[in-house]
Amino acid sequence: MRILRTEEWADPTPHAAREVRKALPEAPTEHAPVLFVPGFGGGAWVYAENWLAHAASRGVPAYAMSPRGHGESGAAPKADLRAYTHDVVQVAASLPRQAVLVGHGAGALVVAQALARYPARAAVLLAPVFGGWGPAFGAWARNPFGVTPAIFGGALRPRRGQLFSPETPVEEQREYASRRGRASARAQWQLARHRGPEQPVGEPPVLVVGSPDDKLVPAKELDRVARRYRGSPLLFPGMGHDLMLDASWREPIDAILDWLEKNP
Amino acid sequence: MPQQAVPVADRHGAVCVIGAGGTGLAAIKNLRQYGFDVDCYERETGVGGAWNWRHQHSPVYSSTHLISSRPLTQFPDFPMPDDWPDYPHHSQLLAYFERYADHFALREHVWFGTEVVSLKPVSDEPGTAWDVTVRGARGGAPKTLRYAAVVACNGHNWVPRAPMFDGLDEFRGNVLHASAYKDPAQLRGKKVLVVGGGNTGCDIAVEAAQQAARCWHSTRRGYWYAPKFAFGRPADQVDAGVRGLPLWLRQRAQQRVLTRTVGDLTRLGLPKPDHKILETHPIVNSLLPYYVGHGEITPVPDVKRFEYDRVVFTDGRTAEPDVVILATGYTPRFEFVAPELIGADEEGRPHLRWQLMSRSHPTLAVAGLLQPDSGLFPLAHWQTVLFAAWLRALHTTPDPAIAWWERQRSADGRRYVDTKLKDSPRHWFEVSYRTYLKTLQKALVELDGVRT
Repeated sequence: MRILRTEEWADPTPHAAREVRKALPEAPTEHAPVLFVPGFGGGAWVYAENWLAHAASRGVPAYAMSPRGHGESGAAPKADLRAYTHDVVQVAASLPRQAVLVGHGAGALVVAQALARYPARAAVLLAPVFGGWGPAFGAWARNPFGVTPAIFGGALRPRRGQLFSPETPVEEQREYASRRGRASARAQWQLARHRGPEQPVGEPPVLVVGSPDDKLVPAKELDRVARRYRGSPLLFPGMGHDLMLDASWREPIDAILDWLEKNP
Repeated sequence: MPQQAVPVADRHGAVCVIGAGGTGLAAIKNLRQYGFDVDCYERETGVGGAWNWRHQHSPVYSSTHLISSRPLTQFPDFPMPDDWPDYPHHSQLLAYFERYADHFALREHVWFGTEVVSLKPVSDEPGTAWDVTVRGARGGAPKTLRYAAVVACNGHNWVPRAPMFDGLDEFRGNVLHASAYKDPAQLRGKKVLVVGGGNTGCDIAVEAAQQAARCWHSTRRGYWYAPKFAFGRPADQVDAGVRGLPLWLRQRAQQRVLTRTVGDLTRLGLPKPDHKILETHPIVNSLLPYYVGHGEITPVPDVKRFEYDRVVFTDGRTAEPDVVILATGYTPRFEFVAPELIGADEEGRPHLRWQLMSRSHPTLAVAGLLQPDSGLFPLAHWQTVLFAAWLRALHTTPDPAIAWWERQRSADGRRYVDTKLKDSPRHWFEVSYRTYLKTLQKALVELDGVRT
């Protein structure tokens, strides 16, 4: 538990324009709202493709956001992980009710950090990238051409084969890949150096979701993150890293919504 | 009525929270988060306590703004919108509390229009339950309920403290306490004397300088008037960045910045401060020296006596105000609880462990009874978290929890300030936020160890 937060007091993160998309159920609902947070290079759009409307159709108020520098949010070439975390907490606190936070990839680390600053109802970490030198080296070894530029401040460029399963139509894969943006060089380096998030406040239940066939996040990394939250990962074999854009996107979101119903 | 005839409705493990102001809301939320049922009693009809200008006892005036900036004022786990100004208006703070209450669904736990009449411990054990008698604020039959614990968040800025001055009764002008001051229209075109050098007194003196025909400002001593902004940022944020430095260095640096920018206040007729900076509750007002420098505020010393048509000051000067505003502060009141339960001294000031928990009956806490050099709400948040954590430990592992408390109870009543303060009635519950939060953090970490 960290109470003294000199950095937040002395040097608060300034405001930035933030993109928030939403899909609300037709009837009023008792469900906690769900806030989806994309990973590095993603944006609210990755959830708007399939998951937002699907969650709403199941009666869950669904929101997706882009941290600064991502999607339609304001440009932020110098943003750090703290600024992304700030953005998530700001959007979460602006929702009408206490929210569930869902983060993907490095966005799962941002969500995990936000859990220390906001008592979420629950949290879901999708194919989480929690950073650190070991995983950073692993990512480089699996995709040297996509990761080496990031060492010099360039963007991380995962291969399409890492993001999607072969079942995902190639045109879709191409289109999604072309829409990718990037995180700031500073945040990329912070991810490589990261030593793991703080403890959450309010003891929220945390679910880790991933695929054993994710070629970006190895299965043992899923286990490591899940152990941190005293659970084991929920696995969807045959899917790529981008669970929400994959051809079988319906399975994981249905499983997540089922889990949320059991953890009110 | 014989005692047995009063039925006590047992609420079992539930906790009673008194007051739904900012601190009370944090108490409800944090107790709920730690798994407790909560009944909160609020005599007004809305949340926000002192910050709700609709409330009868609210001390806010139309221009009240925060004097600590957003990051040092908001709850640590529910930030204010980052596009709000650095120092929000009181109506924004109320909107913030209302949003907090809705976001965490707190209103369903609040009984509005109901006040707490009395608290009685059921036993003298450390884990005693409490019989709480409540009644409708507009009358009605009292009823008594039994709770596992009680958190009093009744606030400390609603009973005006008005000192007696010689001759006040004969004075023909209009005398009002700052709590009755709401709008600068009350001052327009009048000759106004403002008594009191606290933040409210300075705010009202500035408004009098803008609106009134004439303004005198009476203070007991010279103060350091901290600006709201320094080096292009809210001054408290600049200070937060250097809190790790030794006190003498911070004092030296701040005094130097003030004398180099605002300059020597005695040149404007203000008394020289009789203390170093940071030795009183901070007065944050950039405009007071500005209006003194424009001749719109005449600084005067303490009031000696009132006469029929004038006021005589201790230095022999006189003034003939139409309106006198006494910005002389407020007195905390705890009429619903026996003084010995909160360790109250002859003047009614409670003495509590961590300025929070009753030393004799630790299932009773008084939260938010602090005057920090930052915003109150981060401190109130962690106070209520500590109390909730203690209650949970008491319920899940009673023996080690009580052993932990016995060690705490005997700890001496230290004060959580970095410096010796100018002794003055208003400073008795002053804390330095960093020192105080560090102490709470230590207690929370220890309690965590008790639990596992």
